[in-house]
Amino acid sequence: MTAYLIRRAASAIVVLFGVSIFIFFMLHVIYPTPAIDVLGPHANKFSIAQWNAQHGFDDPWIVQYLHYLNQLLHGNLGYSYKLNQSVASLFQERWLRSAYLSGVTLILSVVIAIPVGIYQAIRRNTVGDAVVTTSAFVTYAMPDFFFYLIAIQVFAITIPIFSYEGPQTTSMWSIITDWRAMTLPIVCLTLLDLAGYSRYMRSAAIDTLAQDYIKAARAKGLPERLVLWRHLLRNAFLPMITLIGLSIPALLAGNLVCEAVFNFPGLGLLFYDALGTADYPILLAYTLVGAALTIAGNFVADVSLTVADPRIRLV
Amino acid sequence: MSNIAPELPPPGLEHIPEGGAVGPVQSGWRLAVREFAQNKLAVLGVAALIFFVLFCYLGPLVYHGGLTSDLTATNVPPSIGHPLGTDNQGFDVLEELMVGGRAALEIGFFSALIGMVWGAIWGAVSGLAGGLLDGFLMRIVDVLLSIPFLFVVLIVAVRYGASVLGLSIIIGIFTWQVPARLVRGEVLTLRVRDFVSAARAAGSGRLRLINRHLLPNSLGVIIVTATFSVADAILAVATLGFLGFGLQYPNFDWGDMLNNGVTYLQDGYWWQVYPVGICIIVVVMACNLLGDALRDALDVRLRRR
Repeated sequence: MTAYLIRRAASAIVVLFGVSIFIFFMLHVIYPTPAIDVLGPHANKFSIAQWNAQHGFDDPWIVQYLHYLNQLLHGNLGYSYKLNQSVASLFQERWLRSAYLSGVTLILSVVIAIPVGIYQAIRRNTVGDAVVTTSAFVTYAMPDFFFYLIAIQVFAITIPIFSYEGPQTTSMWSIITDWRAMTLPIVCLTLLDLAGYSRYMRSAAIDTLAQDYIKAARAKGLPERLVLWRHLLRNAFLPMITLIGLSIPALLAGNLVCEAVFNFPGLGLLFYDALGTADYPILLAYTLVGAALTIAGNFVADVSLTVADPRIRLV
Repeated sequence: MSNIAPELPPPGLEHIPEGGAVGPVQSGWRLAVREFAQNKLAVLGVAALIFFVLFCYLGPLVYHGGLTSDLTATNVPPSIGHPLGTDNQGFDVLEELMVGGRAALEIGFFSALIGMVWGAIWGAVSGLAGGLLDGFLMRIVDVLLSIPFLFVVLIVAVRYGASVLGLSIIIGIFTWQVPARLVRGEVLTLRVRDFVSAARAAGSGRLRLINRHLLPNSLGVIIVTATFSVADAILAVATLGFLGFGLQYPNFDWGDMLNNGVTYLQDGYWWQVYPVGICIIVVVMACNLLGDALRDALDVRLRRR
């Protein structure tokens, strides 16, 4: 177990380095120097060259990369010259709101997907299964923004129960309690995630139901409730652990569009606004953070899978 | 090295099986095709895709609703002259749908093509090479897989502007990792099989091994992944357009149409929002149906193998 953990962690760190190289090169190509933003669009060539020389932006790329890496390891994600604020502090103001949105969504969709998937697997090829599968399939094919738009049209404009915008306050407590503004984003994101998760849960449960130990459990007269609870659920949930780890990039991307549509003041909206002003330090820092979260998510998923399923420890 | 084709049996021998005559042998591919044709949803998916190809490429030749800005006829509701109305520039929505669909289909197709070709080669080389090179190539795949691809596409589109070719390439760059992994997996199981050893013994070089034996046998996996990645690419392009960083006039783009239509959601101009949304859903769903059906059909083939 320890050997596996160390090997897995080492490969995660290697990939993390790879990501930092990739992001650095993107930054290097797309936004080689912030001189224009600092000195203004009409700065002459000499002062730009001088500024670059002073701040190390004409060093060989390897020196610049090591400098970039050093800054990253010290928690410096870059500086937005357009907002005149460090990227880390911008993220610090907002990350909790995005984490709240994603966290609630993730928990809700997993908690709902498990019973739905198991129900579909047991009642396979019945009307109920067909209805759920079809609606999941349509939702899965739907661009997420279109889903939000329909929800806004129906539940905020035609029947004005909920707000068509996310909460506009900055205090965490008022965001959590503002159900009129939070319901639509959370419900929409949950349903979108649910479409994918329930399909996986269904096929995992179908695979598990075909196993011999389920037949054995039924043959020895175990009540169906216990068969489902003890044997089916625990085994069918294993693939979900990996799926949750792998879905972090989708969560982030989903947040981006959702926050843009609902004007929810989180990291996604920061990214969207930065796209409009071409604020590359923010854009690339967020991409880097997203990649790091993905790697961390995969790592945690792999480790929890080995803990949950002892058969995998051999690998 | 001279290439003696080992596949061809000496003439005259092919009709005498050793265990006596057997019935017609069904190839795995033929079985897969039959399985596919029996799947109603698959046929539906193919029909929808054919419809959209005709709609987007032949449609504008037949139907001329007007794609020039006409400020005297903006936001016209559906009528005889404009079956789906006009938008805020006075463009005919139906014709805009046809032309916009081209961009979506083309980007979906080209990005999938780039991704599949590159991914197949990468995976085959990696799987066949093994050892350090394999580890290195697969770590690159891991790196690119962990980067949220929509973000990079958005950043590149903001910096360099969006074009059909550019978007195809950048989406293709983030498409090849999954097929690379799958093909590598296939190659790892294939390379120890007898027919590959036989080909090796017959003196095939690595290139020939990859070209003639490993890739053709991994083709099923590649095709299935390709259909799903077409769907993903179309969704990504639509998202890009919706966020306002998609193709610009004179190109049309479904996501951009939605973005325009949303401004008027409260005015009740439904024809600017729902037809284009439904088009995106149907195309993406058709690709997904096709992919699912191909995977099922392929399973039949695999069972034969």
